[in-house]
Amino acid sequence: MNNLIVLPLLLPLLSAIILVFLRKQVAVQRSISGISALLNIVIAVILVGQIQSDGIQTLYMGGWIPPYGIVFVADMFAGLLILTASVVGAACIFYSFSSIGEERERMYFYPLVQFLLAGVYGSFLTGDLFNLFVCFEVMLISSYALIVLGGSKRQLRESIKYMLVNILSSALFVTAVAYLYGALGTLNMAHLSQRVAEAGQGGMLNVIAILLMIVFSLKAGLFLFFWLPGSYAAPPAAIRALFAALLTKVGVYALVRTFSLIFYHDPAVTHTWLGWMAGATMVLGSIGAIAYRNVSSILNYQVVIGIGFIGLGLAIATQAAWDGVVFYLMHDMLAKVLLFILGGMLITAAGTEKLLEIRGLIDRYPLIGWLFLGTTLALVGIPPLSGFPGKVMLIRSAFQEQAFVLAAIGLISSFFVLYSLIVVFKQAFWGSELDQEPRTTVPPRSKLLNGTILAVFALLVFLGVNAEWVYEFVAQAGHVIAEPDLYIHAVMKE
Amino acid sequence: MELVMAITTGLLFAVAVYLILSRSVLRIILGTSLLTHGVHLLIMNMAGLKRGSAPLISEDTMSYTDPLPQALILTSIVINFGVTAFFLVLAYRANQTLGTDDLEKLRGGDENE
Repeated sequence: MNNLIVLPLLLPLLSAIILVFLRKQVAVQRSISGISALLNIVIAVILVGQIQSDGIQTLYMGGWIPPYGIVFVADMFAGLLILTASVVGAACIFYSFSSIGEERERMYFYPLVQFLLAGVYGSFLTGDLFNLFVCFEVMLISSYALIVLGGSKRQLRESIKYMLVNILSSALFVTAVAYLYGALGTLNMAHLSQRVAEAGQGGMLNVIAILLMIVFSLKAGLFLFFWLPGSYAAPPAAIRALFAALLTKVGVYALVRTFSLIFYHDPAVTHTWLGWMAGATMVLGSIGAIAYRNVSSILNYQVVIGIGFIGLGLAIATQAAWDGVVFYLMHDMLAKVLLFILGGMLITAAGTEKLLEIRGLIDRYPLIGWLFLGTTLALVGIPPLSGFPGKVMLIRSAFQEQAFVLAAIGLISSFFVLYSLIVVFKQAFWGSELDQEPRTTVPPRSKLLNGTILAVFALLVFLGVNAEWVYEFVAQAGHVIAEPDLYIHAVMKE
Repeated sequence: MELVMAITTGLLFAVAVYLILSRSVLRIILGTSLLTHGVHLLIMNMAGLKRGSAPLISEDTMSYTDPLPQALILTSIVINFGVTAFFLVLAYRANQTLGTDDLEKLRGGDENE
């Protein structure tokens, strides 16, 4: 029992409720959400420290011993993701100070972000499948509101589709929960894992596993990503960065949990599917990334490629692969948030999304330009930066399991990432500007924002340079994922 | 009784799928609403239909009703209620701004704004 692990959920929830009442005081709203985001990082650091020294932390809600009550479980995987997500949340909140506009700030922007964060942290922490659904919904309902906030034509058009896809996948999620409850009589994830092991993962349970795979793949954008590029292009850059870095990753987290803890007995069926889906995601994402000459479309397809690459580790499912998944997931969240913030700043600076109309920004915006190049190199996996260790671990685990085709697709997709982003860099920052007169749109140039993006980039460098030190934590996370018994024993103590 | 419920659930799913595949946003919303109703019936059915006993366990109870499915359904109903309300408002606002509720006309590439 450890009451600390409910704090990452409770703090954003409470700050959101307070913020709702401070609608008119924009300055107060900013400081409260900023402080709350920073506090969450501190809590996450303490939590990770506790997990490292004392092992998996659990909290039984209302003192109900599992499998009866709802249980919160913080293993190293969840802890690291919460830490990364809190950094991402803080970065997005700081970016929105200077970019989101007072109109949106008055229309409950900050409370919605906090509700979304609460849903994300809850999804990472919960040890109960139905509670996972509830946390998903908390996150999704805030995302519906955030994606349409502002009510432009494009936002309205895209959010209808976004909502429809997510309502359908939520309905399928509850269907899968109902089948699981009918088949196994429990919804506690650790207990489910025990029951599946006892009953044997046969035809019936495989059907449920595939149903859950469809649900989580829809949320994660693994192969079923057709909704992603359109929807993510609609909202303003700060919201886009938040979505790109967090929402799909929660789906990935659910996939990892489901197929490492509960349905890991029949990899010939489930993990083969995951492998095909991961491969197809990387191929299609790469094609998408080079097909457009529009900054936000190119960035959106980077999200797809990243998810496909993590899917590779899901399909391999050895301990080495899980280490890679954890490391790459942390790197991907940080790199994506930085990429989208820089992309947003680029679009604001240029006043257009169309790549062919942007040129020569490096003179006026050297910081954005060089950081964009740095983030590109990190995403591709150039050694001193954070993409490298994760990619090495994932590709090496794929070679160990003789999955040469997947590994090859993974490596080749890196070239497409490099090519598509270098095209953006070359076109937007090199050359001389099209018109010499200064544009009317004033770009955000606050010290806070520059500090934020530099801090996130410093984290990327830190992850890459100190990979050895980070690996201790990552290996602990991978160890628990690879051996479900550890998780089960921590939850079901008796 | 379970069989009747199973058929009802299937019917609800079929109607929902038909409605969701149509072009009008309003029909789609009705479809999603019916779909979740179908799912709720499914939850109830999966836990087994029983009558005449309280959801309380003591040493000498022979039969008891499982209270968990009701709790799940209640939670899901509340969420569905909120989401449907939001979806309806969104559809209304979209209809006002875009002047259509036909999904065929809401395609839009990334160029047109």
